[in-house]
Amino acid sequence: MTKPKVGYTRRSLLKTGGAALAASALPAPMLWAQDTKDIVLRQFGTGVSNLNDVANKVKEDLGFTLEMTALDSDAVTQRAATQPDSFDIADIEYWICKKVWPTGNLQAMDVSKIANYDKIVGIFKSGKLTEDSVIAQGTAPHTVGFVPEQGATTFADEQTNWMTLIPTIYNADTLGIRPDLIGRPIETWAELLNPEFKGKASILDISSIGIMDMAMVCEAMGEIQYGDKGNMTREEIDKTFAIFTEAKQNGQFRAFWKTFDESVNLMASGEVVIQSMWSPAITAVKSRGIDCVYQPLKEGYRSWGGGIGLSKSLSGMELDAAYDYINWYLSGWVGGYLMRQGYYSAVPETSKEFMSENEWGYWFEGKEATDVITSPTGDKLAEAGAVRDGGSFEERMGSVACWNAVMDENQYMVRKWNEFIAS
Amino acid sequence: MSATPLKNRHLLGWLMAMPLSVILAAFLIAPIVMIVIVSFWGATEYSIYPAFQFDNYEFLFGSPVTYRVFGATLKYALITWALTLAIGFTVAYFLAFHVRSLTMQIALFLICTIPFWTSNIIRMISWIPFLGRNGIANQTLISWGVIDEPLEWLLYSDFSVILAFVHLYTLFMVVPIFNTMMRIDKSLLEAARDNGASGFQTLLHVILPLTKPGIMIGTIFVVTLVMGDFITVRFMSGSQRANVGRLISNDIGLLQYPSAAATAVVLLATVLIVIAILLRFVNIRKEL
Repeated sequence: MTKPKVGYTRRSLLKTGGAALAASALPAPMLWAQDTKDIVLRQFGTGVSNLNDVANKVKEDLGFTLEMTALDSDAVTQRAATQPDSFDIADIEYWICKKVWPTGNLQAMDVSKIANYDKIVGIFKSGKLTEDSVIAQGTAPHTVGFVPEQGATTFADEQTNWMTLIPTIYNADTLGIRPDLIGRPIETWAELLNPEFKGKASILDISSIGIMDMAMVCEAMGEIQYGDKGNMTREEIDKTFAIFTEAKQNGQFRAFWKTFDESVNLMASGEVVIQSMWSPAITAVKSRGIDCVYQPLKEGYRSWGGGIGLSKSLSGMELDAAYDYINWYLSGWVGGYLMRQGYYSAVPETSKEFMSENEWGYWFEGKEATDVITSPTGDKLAEAGAVRDGGSFEERMGSVACWNAVMDENQYMVRKWNEFIAS
Repeated sequence: MSATPLKNRHLLGWLMAMPLSVILAAFLIAPIVMIVIVSFWGATEYSIYPAFQFDNYEFLFGSPVTYRVFGATLKYALITWALTLAIGFTVAYFLAFHVRSLTMQIALFLICTIPFWTSNIIRMISWIPFLGRNGIANQTLISWGVIDEPLEWLLYSDFSVILAFVHLYTLFMVVPIFNTMMRIDKSLLEAARDNGASGFQTLLHVILPLTKPGIMIGTIFVVTLVMGDFITVRFMSGSQRANVGRLISNDIGLLQYPSAAATAVVLLATVLIVIAILLRFVNIRKEL
């Protein structure tokens, strides 16, 4: 007697083909479809990946309900650290993990239950994209990706059977510019503080990310040589803020932004011409018909990664459903969706099945688009013949200079950040 | 003989006061006590731990930023107060003494409240495209030939912050002032005129003193609202300025609850002192 595995209806099996077959061959827990339809999992996270389209697809493919709440990074940290019973699944960034994991609000995940674990890119496991790549500074995902055993509140130095977050999404960030208003090539992070852009620059007001952008700029200007940008000394923090406070007082910045839409509006309205930005925000500006470039810079990228964590209070059937959800997440549909927005999937090879050859070539391989490139929601993003800024996956993720970080001196840094904002 | 009913009356009085006392104790006193306690605690990156230490206050009073930010908060409060008072008083005066029919007064008063049918945030944010570098204000001024270059200080400046504050909070001044003005006996104004007072003298010596309670209530509203508001400062200054509310919200966002609590305690004390000073000038209870 074989009942269908959770949610994999015949229709979705036919549709998703190989990926679903692979997933159903796994030693994942067996759930009966009748029971799963009553399950509700509450997920929260940042706006980048908490999309209603994903929740709808989960309902369709797996049968249970996923309730999504999108918040900003600070609110996400706060909720994960202080309200453990208010969620089942935390979709958080790796640097946040460093703050949240020690609270014990999340439970480690059994790697042996993750079907596509072997296909997850090296960055999240050993820290290396390829055999000979150098691990970037900052809170690299693999350093907070594993714990020695279930229940441990410290991180493991190497891969174990217990993962803190299952990696889902990541990208290499850089500065966004308005080429039509700048009118010349921009090649280095140092341009952010170039007096030429006085009153027309911006950075983001999220300290853990903003400090890394600041460090990239100060290093590019040749003002500071950091031992480790992702783990600065007090002296380095002071120097960094001194440079930026001076620039602020000289009127370099137009505004600071905290949310996605603020950054889009600043750029689209021409209030700023150069600022730290996120890839889909660039897309949003472009889709208004305004020229905007996600400018690759010679010093490299500041990178971030996100993953899914499970609430400590999750157990029984809900926990099984959560594992099913994770396996489904890595099986390709979401990956394809995210990759078509400009992010990368943690398991690129399954996403490939859900992308056209043109899309795969453009987004992943850095090839010239052979046809119009559209977003998952149908907006036109690029013409045929266009090439992705920064090139292929290896080129982009291979030039990551640092990861968003939580440093040992974080509390000191945060106080300095407050001073910077108030200065 | 009379001792027993008196005792009962006491008991009854206590019982009648009880529901409100319990509610106030649970929802007002207890949280404040909790905030004061936590303000002495310590915090790590991800937790707070009970301790009795002065670290938070030491840092707060030891940092020049604190004084600057408190200064900015008072500056915003003072300027906003002066502007809302001037506008609010004028509007209320017009409504109470120039408009003759009660229907018209009510109609015009309701018109004043129309902007308040949408949320604070919407009213605030709608200023941004208006004041922006390529916004309506700048484009209009340029097309009139008043300026050649867009004015940068219209947006993301103290100007835009105060403009938004005035826009958001003037009604809190209009309502209580209008209310007290409506209760002024019109025969007093006639008496003033009969005694040869000019319009300005009447305003200064009759209307103004009699409207003081309204002004004071409006002042308390505006000052406390402005001192606690952090969203307006964040949006309208493009995060470039800070008041005390923003310090607290930043601390909370970064999980530094004890530090936020300490700042909140100091802010609360400041606001209470300001109100105590204001109440020196007017005995609201008597005037009401």
